[in-house]
Amino acid sequence: MDKLITVSPSPHAYGDDTVKKLMYGVVYALVPALVISVYFFGIGALIVTSISIVSCMAFEYLIQKYLMNARPSITDGSALVTGLLLAFNLPTNLPWWIIIIGALVAIGVGKMSFGGLGTNPFNPALVGRVFLFISFPAQMTSWPEPIVSRLQYADATTGATPLGVVKEGLNAGVPVSRLMEQIPGYMELFIGHMHGCLGEISALALIAGGLYMLAKKIITWHIPVSIFLSVFLFTGILWLINPYDNADPLFHLLTGGLVLGAVYMATDYVTSPMVPKGMWIYGTGIGVITVAIRVWGAYPEGVSFAILIMNAFVPLINKYVKPERFGEEVKNG
Amino acid sequence: MSDIVINSIITVSAMGTAAAVILFLVARKFNVVEDPRIDLVEEELPAANCGGCGLPGCRAFAEALVRADDISDLKCPVSSSEDMAKIAVILGKEIAEQDPLVAVVRCAGTPDKRSKTSIYDGAPSCTIESSLYTGESNCPYGCLGLGECVEVCKFDAIFMNPETMLPEVIDDRCTACNACVVACPRDIIELRKKNKKDRKIFVACINEEKGGVARKSCKVACIGCGKCLKACKFEAITLENNLAYIDPVKCRLCRKCPPECPTNAIPEINFPERKAAAEAS
Amino acid sequence: MIQTFPKGGIHPAEDKFSAGTPIRVLPLPKKVSIPVSQHLGAPSEPIVKKGDKVKTGQLIAKSKGFVSTNIHSSVTGTVTKVDKMPDSSGYKRLAISIDAEEDQWEEGIDNSKTLNRNISATGEEITGKILDAGIVGLGGATFPSHIKLSVPRGKKAEVLIINGVECEPCLTSDHRLMLEKGEELMVGIQLLMKALNVKRALIGIENNKPDAIRHLSSIANEYEGTEVRTLQVKYPQGAEKQLIKAIINREVPSGKLPIDVGTVVHNIGTAFAVYEAIQKNKPLIERVVTVTGKKIESPSNFMVRIGTFVSDLVEASGGLPDDTGKVINGGPMMGKALDNLDVPVTKGTSGIVIVPSAEAKRKPVLNCVRCAKCVGICPMGLEPYLLQAATEFKKWDLVENERSLDCMECGSCSYICPSGRPLLDYIRLGKSTVNKIIRSRKQ
Repeated sequence: MDKLITVSPSPHAYGDDTVKKLMYGVVYALVPALVISVYFFGIGALIVTSISIVSCMAFEYLIQKYLMNARPSITDGSALVTGLLLAFNLPTNLPWWIIIIGALVAIGVGKMSFGGLGTNPFNPALVGRVFLFISFPAQMTSWPEPIVSRLQYADATTGATPLGVVKEGLNAGVPVSRLMEQIPGYMELFIGHMHGCLGEISALALIAGGLYMLAKKIITWHIPVSIFLSVFLFTGILWLINPYDNADPLFHLLTGGLVLGAVYMATDYVTSPMVPKGMWIYGTGIGVITVAIRVWGAYPEGVSFAILIMNAFVPLINKYVKPERFGEEVKNG
Repeated sequence: MSDIVINSIITVSAMGTAAAVILFLVARKFNVVEDPRIDLVEEELPAANCGGCGLPGCRAFAEALVRADDISDLKCPVSSSEDMAKIAVILGKEIAEQDPLVAVVRCAGTPDKRSKTSIYDGAPSCTIESSLYTGESNCPYGCLGLGECVEVCKFDAIFMNPETMLPEVIDDRCTACNACVVACPRDIIELRKKNKKDRKIFVACINEEKGGVARKSCKVACIGCGKCLKACKFEAITLENNLAYIDPVKCRLCRKCPPECPTNAIPEINFPERKAAAEAS
Repeated sequence: MIQTFPKGGIHPAEDKFSAGTPIRVLPLPKKVSIPVSQHLGAPSEPIVKKGDKVKTGQLIAKSKGFVSTNIHSSVTGTVTKVDKMPDSSGYKRLAISIDAEEDQWEEGIDNSKTLNRNISATGEEITGKILDAGIVGLGGATFPSHIKLSVPRGKKAEVLIINGVECEPCLTSDHRLMLEKGEELMVGIQLLMKALNVKRALIGIENNKPDAIRHLSSIANEYEGTEVRTLQVKYPQGAEKQLIKAIINREVPSGKLPIDVGTVVHNIGTAFAVYEAIQKNKPLIERVVTVTGKKIESPSNFMVRIGTFVSDLVEASGGLPDDTGKVINGGPMMGKALDNLDVPVTKGTSGIVIVPSAEAKRKPVLNCVRCAKCVGICPMGLEPYLLQAATEFKKWDLVENERSLDCMECGSCSYICPSGRPLLDYIRLGKSTVNKIIRSRKQ
């Protein structure tokens, strides 16, 4: 034996999952939604997505290399996912410099200031989005007209999201049934024909991507299902009590980036609980807070805030919610 | 406008007063009477909370000092004897004089002295590697070089030398807190009496194999030949399990034993160079 | 009906290259080294000294204490050394070296191949004989078998479970044994049932071994109370607690033994050894060992005398390939990597796996991304990521309270981790430290 043999503790076999593979799995899952977005919003969608991805990856590289003196790990794809998700949460007519600020906040504040991948308590893309939402409310709440504004970027004609229409109308005392006439039908909403952020419009494409991630075992079903279920039940109860002032549950499920949030943002590994039981608590919390903000809050839309709020509870959930141990309760049959 | 100002001032003052009253009452009710000497003693302690005394932190040590009738058993390895003398004055108790100690690494198996026989590819922890197998070299006693001793040192007094792949102690910083001694899974590190000018003579090997086997695994291993024993005039050296050991208290640093060692397992550190004449004789 | 355990588990590549190769008897080795500690518990006490002549099957080290067992010479020849020899970890442990001259069996041992189905021994005689023959759990845990058969007062065994799962990738020794020694196994199982005084025995086999399932099912009809259960392929189904859950759906409580839920588990290899000990009066001096690997010339299953050097075994299956990165004593999931081949086969050696260098190294270690995959696959319902971090930061009370002692070191967490983190390495350290702390607390 000329070559030295390796000695290591067991196991000696390894699975082929890597962080890189999982991250690129998320990217593939997001592609259909991006395609639909390009169909409805045209070049605006392309410009915003590329700026967001490039600046997120650039910031990650620069911060790792020059501020943290670490070996840059942008190839692992996590910055790519953050960039893509940040873009998905922005209107397609957003000026380029605002996107770059958003990317800086997402990567710099949301991720790297806590030590990089794996240590950030809040979803970086959402930190970026919420920062922009509060800092640039005007730019962040003007959404281009789908299809019509395909060839326009900053100068696109804009309108309000379905949730915005409902919120404003209800504040003005208009009944829901009248407001529903102003917004597209449910089938249109499902496909994604509406005003909204870049990637949040098409529930169809997002769910397809979500199923892909489930099949590839990138995510588990607990978080999306618990969010959908809690939103459905909560809005359903409100709707049954007072159908005059409350939109129906299906409308709430299809609008305002709920699917994007539930399938892609809330399931972010780093900022979600580790145990199925904890995931139920977390998902239900997100659902309830989302509806509360939508119905009683000042904003028409609450998914991002709800996820960030529940992110803060994750360490607590992880501490107190433990997996079902083998042999803990004697269940003999 | 002035209404607002006056109202704010009144409200805030009222709240402050209320809080102060509550705090005062609570403090009175839950007041814990503590021996004031504990604070005085703690001030004299190094506040490194290294645990070298065997108690969880300097505060606990201070409490133990105040409580104990005889404090000669309580030793802070970090404090100098002057500090301890001050504490003794505060407490009005007798204190035992203690020799300053320093950590010594008893392995000299640099990569050129012992060949690598396998590649370790597990978690970078000496304890884990040691419990798995004998390590990358053939010597089941030698340093594994993953630096667990460096990790536990609170005083930055020990570092891995990238050339020798062995830890080195910076004597000035070492407080003899014992952390590295406990951390080393192979018991290579020993606390020995600190000598003038940081001079040291010790057996830099703990291999208990028979001579031939030890020699095979490392060129600078102690082979238990006993030559140093004969050279020593102070009976400071003992031989047990094929391994020589120099008693740090009995050793007078006479430098008779190092040249005797056929494997150069006894280094002399921080000594002036030997005169040529001495070498010749 | 295909059964399995519900919680956690993984599906590593099976790589059972040697499943189709019949068991060959390895030629008598020239030299053997028999360690006195081949089992869990107290090392046996040598009763021979240098220069003694020993016969094959002669007792050479005696059981010392309750959790211990006997050790017999596996060859005929002269004792050359009773001294410390490096074991598979490289550390020296007491072993008896014998130079083999011939193969003359101790009197009273029936070394023929004829099947003896006639059970005459009583239950107590069987248990006693198992201790005399030095039989230990041959699945790899090497727990002395006679202890498992001594049911504590107040407890009662209802069913015997026979572990034919062989969920470790690569290994095929139990598989071959089931195919080639089916009848003997069945008699062995009958003997174990008699010793335990149970009326039912269930043999668990994963459905990646359909030939073994068919074969054993067909002969099981002739033996009263035995039944083959088909199990879905999933690692670690061969772990005692998981197997019990899979077959009779009972959960052994944390810190308790299978007997607490009315069952005892024995390995296929153990059942065969029991047959030989009782019906043939033959002590445990040989076992089936798989020698396999992607690059090895002829992956084989050998009937090997205990104490044979691994190098002899590897030589017999075509020699060590040039592309060798790692040599594992045992299976790839729970086996121990060797740093040299001059170590003896012991009672617990189920296989030697030669791993090519491309697969020998681990993945680079990245930050934990908290993907929770380790939590999802842990068959004991633990949180490996947490135990690892707690151990790394020496939070021993947390390591203890998070039930680290339930961990059976199956390695699923390290296997699945996308960041390549050494989870099990640290958990093992945590376990041993917690054990030390608990012991010191009792004093």
